[in-house]
Amino acid sequence: MKNIKYLVVGIVFGIVFVKAEIISWFRIQEMFQLTSFHMYGVIGTAVVVGMVSIFFIKRFKIKTFSGEAITFEDKKFKKGQIIGGLIFGIGWAITGACPGPLFAQIGSGFGVVSITLLSAIAGTWVYGKFSKI
Amino acid sequence: MIEIIKQPWHWLPAGIMVGLTVLALLLLGNKKFGISASLRDICAICIPAGIPFFKYDWKDKIWNLFFVAGILIGGIIAAHFLSNPNEIVIAQKTKTILIQYGVKDFTGLLPTDIFSWKNLFTLKGFIFFGVGGFLVGFGTRYADGCTSGHSIMGLSNLQWPSLVATMAFMVGGFISANFLLPVIFKLIQ
Repeated sequence: MKNIKYLVVGIVFGIVFVKAEIISWFRIQEMFQLTSFHMYGVIGTAVVVGMVSIFFIKRFKIKTFSGEAITFEDKKFKKGQIIGGLIFGIGWAITGACPGPLFAQIGSGFGVVSITLLSAIAGTWVYGKFSKI
Repeated sequence: MIEIIKQPWHWLPAGIMVGLTVLALLLLGNKKFGISASLRDICAICIPAGIPFFKYDWKDKIWNLFFVAGILIGGIIAAHFLSNPNEIVIAQKTKTILIQYGVKDFTGLLPTDIFSWKNLFTLKGFIFFGVGGFLVGFGTRYADGCTSGHSIMGLSNLQWPSLVATMAFMVGGFISANFLLPVIFKLIQ
């Protein structure tokens, strides 16, 4: 099945999440209390690697392994990026997780985080219910 | 080798691996790194309820669910085969603050005095699993992305709205961690 490769990338990514303690509630508290560079180091390095990757993809018009063009869309500004961003930030410090780490927290043995995930799905649903698309 | 892997990883190799995930998804199928979208897809598949926001062709997006399922499996593998035998090492200053809040367990990645099933039907559980999770799901969708979609993918692609979103995430987090959590911990004690 063609989607299995994304499962494999996800597995590697999930291992990095746990081993670099990106999923740790403690690490998130450190980040927001400005007592450790760790999370800033992870995100900053990821952005640099991502930036260089995208620069080369655009510069040399690199295609996917199956020969498909790689395309990029510009993000449009909307006020939700500020209001929604603040709301998410508040939740991030409480749960110690953004959406990705929720899945890895569950996998690494904190089963109760599945309830947090259900709440996050509910939050997404409520946003969808009241959004004008 | 396995002993080295079992130690907590430094931010540099970890950041490189996260950045390479962005590259891998692009090269494998022109897929954009962005995890909160998977929550929308789960809504669209399971509980669309005729809501226009969830009426789209999610079959194109199903790769995202394979990706997050992988993250969960990766978590299982890391916890069972590669887990750090020692206690987590965090900044002493943060540890002192958290002890004042009433956190006692510093053995694992998350404190079990908060993140365990026994707290499910308590005020603690309601705030940390209910309210916290809801804010993450609602906020990321309203902001049109999370740390992966905006802070990593968006910034990598030099999108200024993603910079705005990232700053909002950080401001929200600072307020929550430094002003809200102390109040929450007082409430639940």
